[in-house]
Amino acid sequence: MSALLEVDGLSVQLPVAGEFRTVLQDVSFSLEAGQTLGLVGESGSGKSMTVRSIARLLPPGARTTGSIRFDGASVLDLRGDALRKFRSRDVSMIFQDPRAHTNPVRKIGDFLTEAMRINGKVPPREAERRAVELLAEVGIHDGERRLKQFPHELSGGLLQRVMIAASLAVKPRLILADEPTTALDVTTQSEVMAILARLQREYGMAMLFITHDLELAAAVCDRTVVMYAGAMVEHQDSSRLHTDPLHPYSAALMQARPEIDRRVPRLPAIPGHPTSAFEAPDGCAFAPRCRFAEDACRAALPPLESMGDAAYSRCRRAAELRGHLLATAEHSGGLGDGAGVGDSAGLEEEVAR
Amino acid sequence: MIAAPGTEPTTAASGAGRTEPILAVDGLRKTFGRGRKEAVAVDGISFELHEGGSLGIVGESGSGKTTTARMLIGLEQPTAGRILVDGSDLTRPARRIKDLRARGRLIQIVFQDPYTSLDRRQKVGDCLGEVVRLHFGLSGSALNGRVRELGELVGLQERQLRALPRELSGGQRQRVAIARALAAEPKILILDEAVSALDVSIQAQILNLLADIREQRGVSYVFISHDLAVIRQITDTAIVMRHGQVVEQGQTANVLDSPQDPYTRLLRDSVPHAGWQPGTVK
Repeated sequence: MSALLEVDGLSVQLPVAGEFRTVLQDVSFSLEAGQTLGLVGESGSGKSMTVRSIARLLPPGARTTGSIRFDGASVLDLRGDALRKFRSRDVSMIFQDPRAHTNPVRKIGDFLTEAMRINGKVPPREAERRAVELLAEVGIHDGERRLKQFPHELSGGLLQRVMIAASLAVKPRLILADEPTTALDVTTQSEVMAILARLQREYGMAMLFITHDLELAAAVCDRTVVMYAGAMVEHQDSSRLHTDPLHPYSAALMQARPEIDRRVPRLPAIPGHPTSAFEAPDGCAFAPRCRFAEDACRAALPPLESMGDAAYSRCRRAAELRGHLLATAEHSGGLGDGAGVGDSAGLEEEVAR
Repeated sequence: MIAAPGTEPTTAASGAGRTEPILAVDGLRKTFGRGRKEAVAVDGISFELHEGGSLGIVGESGSGKTTTARMLIGLEQPTAGRILVDGSDLTRPARRIKDLRARGRLIQIVFQDPYTSLDRRQKVGDCLGEVVRLHFGLSGSALNGRVRELGELVGLQERQLRALPRELSGGQRQRVAIARALAAEPKILILDEAVSALDVSIQAQILNLLADIREQRGVSYVFISHDLAVIRQITDTAIVMRHGQVVEQGQTANVLDSPQDPYTRLLRDSVPHAGWQPGTVK
């Protein structure tokens, strides 16, 4: 089965203050119908830029290399009607903040039926009937009343369901979800994820799911890509990522997160702060924060290499460190030099500056 | 009351034997609007915090946790109930400058977004200096020394103290907000979702920093968060709020490990974990 979405060697540069700055480098992955791929990373990691590149929503003047193929067609070469059809029928986006993506002076009904009336030339009555059906699919059963309401009359969770309903109106083949539950309460997040999972199963849609939450990615995604400073650092099965991480950054990210069922004397924080691709030093971008970094790591950006079983890591020492990454600093058996790790709490952020 | 470097009283140790809580909240209630439009934000809650302790307030949006924080620092006047801080009645917001400053030396707050809660045209060192001058009347080298000391406490170097907020990273800005709150040497620090907007790797740094500060300074925390894992890491006791009421309270470990209230259980089970099936926790 050939993939629905194939991204190959995607790099993006944006013009900032007269010069081009790299925001994405060498991103490659593929996604099949019915599958969910997670994109995980911190600020500046490039996860949103990846999704924007796919939806062709990059700012004007962006320089893109590499290829994005959707159902065999080159997305980067789409123009005019073909691009419009791709954006309106084939892919849908769900954003983090539904309030920022709805018009506050237009009713929910206008919002939901607009695309149907304009793209599908559906008569208004018929569009309204379908909108009520769509709302029912996302668990809103008093649709007629909701259509007459304004966005401010709905809670965040309800409004996000309306967004999902709107993105489903055209039965897209690919959903791009950019932190769709981050602004929601945990109980609402759980309901919204359940709705997305069910609809995805029923329609066989593929989903690219951006989150900063590794636990959530593990729970809802088949495979996960971990990104750092505009590049993929790890790509493998979501379930294995937690037990067998292949990049020091993925492991450090998991360890830095507090746990609900135990308290530790000190969290193993990662020194320094996340960087963007254009701020990153030569060599491995994570090296300045990595407790396993050696001189050679700082020399050149390592390639994303296969580790078997469709697992990939962009760490020079991945094979040697495998199985040791989740050991704590004290127990890493001399693999890391441990210089100033975790304990110099106060000045941690200084390291990368 | 000038705090000379190195002579900070270890209130945590000296306060250990005290039985009077540093913060006692009794029957606190806040309603907005009246008549048919009346909305109850906080519905008669009571809790206590002991000196050097850390109390978590957990709840979802609309549970009343932020309204509670706003009443504690005097931004809202309670409809009913009482707030006692270190023996002083702080139920009513201060009106006079003198009372405002006295309140500022008892209780301070750190908000979620350090960017909107800092003056973007003021260098962060000046921002800290302003608070120190106001509360302790320091000037000249004594003032500068105190600002440097506050910077050190939260891990900010002199170069960063000369910077504007926009020149700092999110984590550094939150360090500034914490230093500003500590500049008045309050007994109680309220942290309202203070680490929620930070990247995971930075969140861990700030949580470690807050743990150090509590240990060194003996300041007590009221830590408001929707994130149960963060609450587990940073608090000793916790209350769970829903619709303005406290549905469960106790030692944080007990509340999270063996929740008695169905709502606390629902909250706990909604957190993604291995083998999680979204939406099946009802």
